[in-house]
Amino acid sequence: MISSFPKLLSATLITLKLVSASLLFGIFLGTLFAILRTGKNKFLKAFSYYYSYIFRGTPMLVQLFIIYFGLAQIEYLRSSFLWVILKEPYWCAIIAFALNTGAYTSEIIRSAFETIDKGTIEAGESLGISNSKIFYKIKLPIALRQSLPAYGNEMILMLKGTSLASTVTLMDLTGVAKFIISTTYKPVEIFIVAGSIYLLITFLIHSLIKFLEKKYSFNN
Amino acid sequence: MELLQFGDNGWGDELFFATLMTLAVAVTAMLIGFFFALIFTPLKISKNKTLNFIANFYTTVVRGVPELLVIYLFFFGGTAAVMYVAKIFGYEGYIEINAFITGAFSIGIISGAYSTEVFRGAYLSIKRGQFEASKVLGLKTNTSFFKVILPQMLRLAIPNITNVWQITLKDTALISVTGLVEIMRQSYIAAGSTRDPLLFYSVAAVLYLFLTFFSMKILNKLEVHYRRGY
Repeated sequence: MISSFPKLLSATLITLKLVSASLLFGIFLGTLFAILRTGKNKFLKAFSYYYSYIFRGTPMLVQLFIIYFGLAQIEYLRSSFLWVILKEPYWCAIIAFALNTGAYTSEIIRSAFETIDKGTIEAGESLGISNSKIFYKIKLPIALRQSLPAYGNEMILMLKGTSLASTVTLMDLTGVAKFIISTTYKPVEIFIVAGSIYLLITFLIHSLIKFLEKKYSFNN
Repeated sequence: MELLQFGDNGWGDELFFATLMTLAVAVTAMLIGFFFALIFTPLKISKNKTLNFIANFYTTVVRGVPELLVIYLFFFGGTAAVMYVAKIFGYEGYIEINAFITGAFSIGIISGAYSTEVFRGAYLSIKRGQFEASKVLGLKTNTSFFKVILPQMLRLAIPNITNVWQITLKDTALISVTGLVEIMRQSYIAAGSTRDPLLFYSVAAVLYLFLTFFSMKILNKLEVHYRRGY
């Protein structure tokens, strides 16, 4: 149990890298699609609706396999510059995870946009603040603050989601744990160690969100 | 397109039965989850600190650890545990647990943790007055629970249980690592033997979308049914 610890710890690093990269790209995609979804352009609206519908309606494993195994089949992609990225399981995993979390994040931010009190925006308008300023200085900060608790859950779901990377040969925390289990046949011990590491990260994410919620709360 | 034909030349019938298998695993897992929720929700609501701790431990650990890790625990650990018990009774041979049982059980435990949280939330949002009113009317504890509290709990729980169903349905894709031939595993086999992963994984995605779409339609009907009168 103790001897497996160093191996699992170095695998944790890969898990953390995967989570942070996916979340970073994901929050960008999520905000973008949430803006398109609440915008006026009908085509972009429909596009972001179906994007989020498809990515939330299918398992992330399918999405990962389509990107990792499926895209390699397209001759055009293999000869293009994108192949440098798509031949790496690491980048494929990040692309799949980011697209997935982006879909969930866009829903979270969209519903936050929709719950903004109309009076707040009208107040801004009546003060003669320009539309873009209302968006960046009033709507966006309120929406982001509002989505913090739900986004915290999404971060934890994403942390658990990165375990799928082990199915495309990446040795993340779950991948290494599975490897040790299948060679030592000590499932319970390894589960306790790997599980505790995951729980610790979950706890840290939870605390971070609590801290941010408090920092950006409306009444301080 | 001929790769998706039914019969010996295509994978259509295989994929059809794999879809039924996914549905069967998901429904079984959901029911196992309800069974766990039935045990752990009362522990969560209870005023006893020890019972609270047990229930919180269950929901926190299961919801904080990746599904895949839980599946590996039962996949590798389940067989070992059963063989250990068999050894006590004097049986030395190798026992293999059916992949369906391992899969449904591990997804069921996960689904149970989410269901427990949903039912706890539903119970807590029933107004105190409802309990007091049934007490004043002299209803027995059983009658009051089944006729007054439970119907209201269902109304409040169904929208969130719908979410749990979606999560459970999508989690079944992970069981493919244990070799159970459901949608994901069948697509993997087909993709391997035809060298056409793009087609088969896209078909898998469409099948999952189909399942989520139609189950949502049915569950929304159920929601309307329990919300009547509101």
